[in-house]
Amino acid sequence: MQLDNIIVTIAGIGMVAFIYWFFLMKKEKAIVGGDFVDITVDGGYLPETIAITKGKKITLRFTRKDSSSCLEEVVVPEFKIRKFLPLNQTVSVELKPEKAGEYEFVCGMNMFHGKLIVK
Amino acid sequence: MSEIKKTFSIKGMHCASCVTMLERALKQVDGVSRANVNLATEKAAVFYDSQKVTDQHLASAVSNIGYQAMINEELKSEDEEQKEKQKELKDLRLKVIVSLVLGALIFWGSFPGLMNTAPMFLRSFWLQLILATPVQFWAGWSFYRATVSALKHRSANMDTLVAMGTTVAFGYSAVVTLMPAVVEKIGIEPMPYFDVSTIIIGLILLGRYFEVKAKAGTSEAIKKLIGLQAKTARVIRDGKEIDIPLGEVVVGDVVRVRPGEKIPVDGVILNGESSVDESMVTGESIPADKVKGDTVVGATINKTGTFTFTAAKVGEQTMLAQIIKLVQEAQGSKAPIQRIADLISSYFVPVVLMLAVTTFVVWYNFGPADKALLFAILNTVAVLIIACPCAMGLATPTAIMVGTGKGAEHGILIKDAESLEIAHKINTIVFDKTGTLTIGKPEVTDIIVMPNVKLQMSNQIQNPNDQILQLAASIEKGSEHSLAEAIVKAAEAKNLSLGVVEKFLAIPGHGVEGIVDGAKTFFGNRRLMEREKVVITDEQNNNISKLESDGKTVMMLAVNGTLSGFVAVADVIKDTAKDGLSVLKALGIEVVMITGDNRRTAAAIGVKLGITRVLAEVLPDQKEAEVKKIQAEGKVVAMVGDGINDAPALAAADVGIAMGSGTDVAIEAADIILINKDLRSVAAAIVLSKKTMRTIKLNLFWAFAYNIILIPVAMGALYPLFKILLNPIFASVAMATSSISVVSNSLLLKRKKIV
Repeated sequence: MQLDNIIVTIAGIGMVAFIYWFFLMKKEKAIVGGDFVDITVDGGYLPETIAITKGKKITLRFTRKDSSSCLEEVVVPEFKIRKFLPLNQTVSVELKPEKAGEYEFVCGMNMFHGKLIVK
Repeated sequence: MSEIKKTFSIKGMHCASCVTMLERALKQVDGVSRANVNLATEKAAVFYDSQKVTDQHLASAVSNIGYQAMINEELKSEDEEQKEKQKELKDLRLKVIVSLVLGALIFWGSFPGLMNTAPMFLRSFWLQLILATPVQFWAGWSFYRATVSALKHRSANMDTLVAMGTTVAFGYSAVVTLMPAVVEKIGIEPMPYFDVSTIIIGLILLGRYFEVKAKAGTSEAIKKLIGLQAKTARVIRDGKEIDIPLGEVVVGDVVRVRPGEKIPVDGVILNGESSVDESMVTGESIPADKVKGDTVVGATINKTGTFTFTAAKVGEQTMLAQIIKLVQEAQGSKAPIQRIADLISSYFVPVVLMLAVTTFVVWYNFGPADKALLFAILNTVAVLIIACPCAMGLATPTAIMVGTGKGAEHGILIKDAESLEIAHKINTIVFDKTGTLTIGKPEVTDIIVMPNVKLQMSNQIQNPNDQILQLAASIEKGSEHSLAEAIVKAAEAKNLSLGVVEKFLAIPGHGVEGIVDGAKTFFGNRRLMEREKVVITDEQNNNISKLESDGKTVMMLAVNGTLSGFVAVADVIKDTAKDGLSVLKALGIEVVMITGDNRRTAAAIGVKLGITRVLAEVLPDQKEAEVKKIQAEGKVVAMVGDGINDAPALAAADVGIAMGSGTDVAIEAADIILINKDLRSVAAAIVLSKKTMRTIKLNLFWAFAYNIILIPVAMGALYPLFKILLNPIFASVAMATSSISVVSNSLLLKRKKIV
C-alpha cells in the first residue's frame, strides 16, 4: 500500500466516525415551554425538543423560513394535526396533552423531527 | 337585532397591553357588544349586530391603533397555499428547463462518440464550466440552502445528498478544467464531468416538479369537501328575503331554498317539501324526500321543490364542517405500519453518507490502477444521488391521505390512520340489530287480548284491542326505547287518549312498570313476566312463539299480576342488508348479529338475512362483554351500531363502526363513521382499508427494495463479476422516478372501486 492509499483510508475512517458522531450522537436540549413556543422551521425545527406540562394547553407557533417543499407541512400525529405552513407566516397549533410521554412533530414526509416531552 | 360572532386573527400583537387596547377599540365600534382578544392565539372574538357592523368597521378599528385584522383569513390561506404552489411550480419549471438545456449542450460536447458531431466550441472545457456554473449555483441553490440549515441542526436530508453528490462532480470537473496540468501529473486524463452535475440537478428538479404536482392530488378530497360549501344563503329577516354570506347565518334564521339551489346550512324544514340530493355529503346515491320536520344538511342540493327551513347548525357545527374536520384529523394521524419506515429514515441519510465515504475509500484503494480516483469519484456521486429517503417517507402518508379522502367521498369517515390499518384485518363483524340491520322504525303488527280478561278502564274505550294498546301506549310514553315509540304512534293513529302513569320505572333489558288508573301495570318481555311471576299458559306461549318465529318482537302486558294481552311489533329489514352482508361473506368475514330481542325473534331475522351466529337476549350493558368474548376467540372484531346505545361495545371492538346517526358525525366511541344508512358501506369501508393497506405495503416494499438493491449497485457491487457500474446520470433518473412512482401508486387508489 502506498502513502496516498493510507492517507485516504485513514481520512475515510475518520470521516465515517465524524458522520456518526455529528448526526447520530447529538444530545437533545429541551426548551421548557410556557403558554406558547415559537418554532422556526428552517432545515429542521428550532427548538427541536420542547418540554411541556401535562394537562396544560400550549400553542406551538410555527414560522417556516425554509422554501423547500419538504417542510411545507407540519404533522403532530398523536394529536391528529396536519397543517400547511405558508412561507414566512406564523401558523399556530394548539394542543393539550393529557398523558405524559414523548410526542413527535414531523414534516409532511417524515424526514424532520421535533419532540414534545410531556411531564 | 341579530347578533353574530366572528373570530379572526390579528397581526402585530406582542404584549398583554395590546389585548386591552384592541378590546377597547373593538368595543367602541357602534353595534359591538363584546370583544375578547387572546394574546396566545392572536385572535379576536367579536360579538356584534350584523346589521350595524361590517367587516370594514372591525378592520379599520383594529388598523387605526396600528394592528392588522385578518378577517377573511381562512379564505386567504387557501388562496395563499394555491399561489405559493403555483409560484413554486413556475420556479421549478424554469430551473428544470435551463438545467436540462444547458446539460444537454454539455452532454453533446463531451459524451464520447456523440461529441464528434458537436460544434468545436461546445467541446471546450471552459465553455462547459461556464454553462455548468449557473446550474450548480442557481438552479441547485435550494439544495445548498437546505443542506446548510439542516447541518445547523446536525441533521441531513435528501438535499444534503444531492448537494454533496453534485458538488463532488462539479468540483472535480472544475479542477480538471482549471488545472489540467496538475491532474495529468498524477496520471489521470483531464476529463471533466460537467454533464453529470448539470443533468443530475435538472432531473432531480424535474422529479420534484412532478412530485409537487402529484402530491397536490393527494389532498384533493379535502379541497373538494371545502368547495361544496354554499357561498350565500337566502334568509328571511323582518319579513324580507335577503342574500347574506354563509358566515352570517345564525341559528334560528329562516332560510329559503329554491329548486336547484344548494342548502346552505343544517336545519329542519319549516314549510314545503322537496327531494334532496345528498350524495355529495353522505354518499347516498338516491335523492331523499323531505317534508316538514325533516332535517336537511348543508351543502346538499335541493332538486324539485321550494321550502323554508330553520337553521339549526351553522359554521363549525354543520355536518360538512365536522366531516372536513374528521378527514383532516385522520390525515394528520399516523398509521402504525409507518413506524418501521420512521425508524429507518431517521438513520438513512447518515448511513448513506458513511456508505459514500466507504465507496470512495474502497474504489481508491482497490479500483483499476489507471482509473482508481475517477471511479472512486463517480461511484461516490452515484451512491449519494441514488439514495432516496423521500420514497420511504411518502409511502404511507400519501396513501392514507388518498384513502381517507376516498372514504369521505363515499360517506365513510375514518377517524384515524390506525383504524384504517386495523380494519383490513377484521374477520368478524358484529351487527347490532335494531336500527342497523333493520330500519329502526318498528311498527305494531298484532295485538292479542287474553280471553276472559276484563280491564277496568277509566275512559270509554270499548274495543279490547284498543284497550290493550291504550294501556301499553300510556305506560310506554315515558320510555325512550324504539319499540315504545312504535306503540305510542299506533295509539296516536287511532286517536286513543293516553292515561296518566304514576311511579314509572324503566327496567333495562326487561321493560317498564308503573301505576295506570290505580292498577300496577307491567309491560315488557318474557323476562319481565318471569321476574314478576306472571303466569303464561302453554297456549299463550304457543301464540307468542308463533309471532316470534315470524321475526316479530312480542311484549306482554300484565295488570295486577295477570297477563292481559300482548302487542307484537316488527321492524323492517333494510333493503341493503342482504347485499351488504353477502359482500362481507364473500370477503371471508363472519357476520354476527347481537340484539336484546328474544331468541326466537332474533333467529327468525337471522334466517332471513342468512346470519348463523345470533346473540339474542343480550342486555344493553352485556354487549360489550359479548364483543370481548368473541375477541377472546382470537378474532379481530368490528362492531356496527348506532353509536348511541352501544357506545361501550363500539369502544371495546377492535374497530367500532357507527352508522347513520343523522347529522351528528362526531361520535366519540366510533373509529369509523358511516354517514349513510346503506349497509353496503360496511363492506366498502373494509375493502377501502384492504386496498389502502395493499397500496402502502407496495409503496414501502418498492421504496425499501429500491434502496436496498440500487445502493449496492451504485457502490459497484456488480463490477467485480459483470463489470457494470451505474452512471450517476442514471442514478438521478432512478431517484426521481422512485418518489414519483410512490406518489402515483397512492393516487391510483382513487380509481379503485370500493363499492
